[in-house]
Amino acid sequence: MRTLAFLLLAAAALSTPAAAETILINNGRIVTNGAGGIIENGDVLIVDGRISAVGANIATPRGARVVEANGNFVTPGAFAAMSEVGLSEISGSGAPNDADVEGDLISAAADAGRAFNPSVTAIPVTRIEGVTRAAIAPSASGSIFDGRGALVSMNGDADSVFRERAFMVVELGEAGAGRTGGSRAALWPAFEAALRDAREYPARYRSGQGGAVLNEIDAQALQPFARGQGFFLVHIESAADIRRLLRFKRANPSLRFVIHGGAEAWQVADELAAANIPVIVDPLSNLPDRFERLSARLDNAALLNQAGVRFAIAPAPGTVDAHQARLVLQLAGNAVANGLPWDAAFAAVSRGPAEIFGATNLGRLERNYLADVVIWDGDPLQVTSAPTAVFIEGREQPLTSRQTQLRDRYNPRNRSR
Amino acid sequence: MRLRMRSAIALAAMLSLAACATTGATDTEAEGPAPFESTYAPRASTPTLIRNATVFDGNGAELANSDVLMRDGRIAAVGQNLSAEGATVIDGTGRFVTPGIIDAHSHLGVYPSPSINATSDGNELTQPNTAEVWAEHSVWPQDPGFLRAVAGGITTLHVLPGSGNLFGGRGTTLRPVLGATTVQEMKFPGAPQSLKMACGENPARVYGTRNTSPATGMGNVAGYRQAFANAARYARRAQNAAEGNGEPPDRDLEMETLAGVINGDIILQWHCYRADEMANAIQVAHEFEFEIAAFHHAVEAYKISDLLREEGICSAMWADWWGFKIEAYDGIRENIAFVDAAGACAIVHSDSEVGIQRLNQEAAKAMADGRRAGLEITRGQVWTWLSRNPARALHIDNETGTLEVGRRADVVIWSADPLSSYGVAERVFIDGALMYERGVEREPPSDFELGQTYMRERAQ
Repeated sequence: MRTLAFLLLAAAALSTPAAAETILINNGRIVTNGAGGIIENGDVLIVDGRISAVGANIATPRGARVVEANGNFVTPGAFAAMSEVGLSEISGSGAPNDADVEGDLISAAADAGRAFNPSVTAIPVTRIEGVTRAAIAPSASGSIFDGRGALVSMNGDADSVFRERAFMVVELGEAGAGRTGGSRAALWPAFEAALRDAREYPARYRSGQGGAVLNEIDAQALQPFARGQGFFLVHIESAADIRRLLRFKRANPSLRFVIHGGAEAWQVADELAAANIPVIVDPLSNLPDRFERLSARLDNAALLNQAGVRFAIAPAPGTVDAHQARLVLQLAGNAVANGLPWDAAFAAVSRGPAEIFGATNLGRLERNYLADVVIWDGDPLQVTSAPTAVFIEGREQPLTSRQTQLRDRYNPRNRSR
Repeated sequence: MRLRMRSAIALAAMLSLAACATTGATDTEAEGPAPFESTYAPRASTPTLIRNATVFDGNGAELANSDVLMRDGRIAAVGQNLSAEGATVIDGTGRFVTPGIIDAHSHLGVYPSPSINATSDGNELTQPNTAEVWAEHSVWPQDPGFLRAVAGGITTLHVLPGSGNLFGGRGTTLRPVLGATTVQEMKFPGAPQSLKMACGENPARVYGTRNTSPATGMGNVAGYRQAFANAARYARRAQNAAEGNGEPPDRDLEMETLAGVINGDIILQWHCYRADEMANAIQVAHEFEFEIAAFHHAVEAYKISDLLREEGICSAMWADWWGFKIEAYDGIRENIAFVDAAGACAIVHSDSEVGIQRLNQEAAKAMADGRRAGLEITRGQVWTWLSRNPARALHIDNETGTLEVGRRADVVIWSADPLSSYGVAERVFIDGALMYERGVEREPPSDFELGQTYMRERAQ
């Protein structure tokens, strides 16, 4: 029995080996993302994978490993508010791509969390640049519903999906119209009919009546969202579409919406703030490349911030990919270049997404938050900066990837010339 | 450098109808302007003196507390304590001054905004060899992307056809100037046209799915070789005829383009990702005795940087794009820096209507990642990737790309270090004329945007 007990203990220890490590990050420029603001010459104490203390001159607990920050930025890990990371190794070339769901067997029921692969090479590529979490979503094309998104860690572990079926993606703009006969005139009736199908699941399916627009599988998947449990991530860009959504929200107050896109959201910023509908914006979206975003402009994020709209920063719908989630920090830096205060910009790629997606233990360096912590060699929103250390839930991540291995293999400094 | 058949002025004359705007003086009688010749005229400018800025000269140097004088549309002086009577003086204190950025790979105008089927005008996907088409005939001068590119510090761009064909057609070098209503008003005077060719997945995918050649990488190479074999024969017959031997061949627009590459009047811009495919392309160039100006995208250029240096071929690259297809799988953030470190010609390009607006940031990333890999890279050196080197690859380096005296005054004043996230273009001059000033909205950027609802709201 002693042996068995020992084995059980050993197994328990193996399952959380490094998380038990106590780490003191010493003397950093601490971006708390919370009430503490930015603490100069501050320390962060990590115990059992969580933030235990943040402040000046924290005493080093016995046995703690001390990591010197040397006055550099210490921040929460970045949170990519939308990505397809982990849904393919190569997204094109006919390689398998689990982000793309074709045909009409499954649409609303598509479930990104169950396609996610924590072993793709893009995950180390992403985390070594300071991004520790991501929201991922599929792109089903069989209906106006792209499917259900998940929240994932960039730690590469088997259990790195930390919230499944966190939101339902729905197309209520040009792309959605394209799936309902090419017209918004059909789009909204189709959306309402789908919500009815979902609310009346399973009765109308068991009775043999079936759905008006949804098959049984999709109706089942949509049901919790149609009842206000979980939110719709709505792909819309134009002010007119946003106003339609605001009217629909007034008529259906129990439903919850987050806008992704919102290139023209600056035109309806006050209404969005009043309705408390968050927007995930792309600070580089400034071209009238679609008729639904003729008034896209670089200071969209700054204007939303001024109006008190809750927002996060991520690539616009249609440009979300599996490989460049790391660029959210560059996006935020460009928002700063176009008028957004630095603190708000950094929050928009860390605390903001965590709050929008309901991951309330992420995005801040405050006591009891999960210890996703990054030490940088410069301003994290500067394109020239990079992490010198990345911790996910208190575990230090190796700063290596397939790309760094290719780099080292071909580095002209490592080759005899 | 290899020998190249460059002799035939007569051939150039014979082909000048279709070839570029280079006004090769010929022994034939005056023919008037070549069709589609540039009608670009520099905008009116006043002498302008920028004082006390940090200057990257585009030729590799960084000059502290320096002045730049523009006069008559040209760089008149670069130095310290310059003075110029009557010049508009701009205080450059705390600011940075550089040559304008040159994007060697753009599809502005041929894939303009708004992007709909009718405006998707950059890939003549009707047969794998469409060397006869010219991108400039698809360019829509009202593309709102042009002025946004200028706001990002772009003063010259090379617009190419897409990469769906082995031979996509001719590319054109443009000035993104306000108020142009024809593409001829945008054409960079004297800049040669290019031929866009493509390696790899794109042509093989487009035609393979149609069950026509090329369906494979080997089909791609066979397609290049047969076309150049035919073109070499065409060029010989044309030359013989010009020398009084035999009849000239019937005009063939496709052959004219390929013959132009062989005789050096048309420069070759070759879309190619993988190291092995670039090496194959170099073999084709040797076999048919033509030069490759640049490989575009060149995601694996870092694997053959020595070969690229020896061949004198530039690589136009992204800072960090990778993984979107298998031929981009080995992209690394140090590609540009490694190519540069090998002594080869490194260029930062966009291939994107978004990326073209901030190529300086892409260069900054490559600089920082190169330094972290242990390379010594100066800021002045980095700017060669953005202006001098693309000017070389486009054969306009005698006109622009550096702040050397006498060059066109294509100049950007940046609010802060442009090799950062926060430095933005405050003023952009093309031929010494102020083309963009941050925060000053003179008029809608293009006719397309005039009268749109949001332009009123924006003004409020």
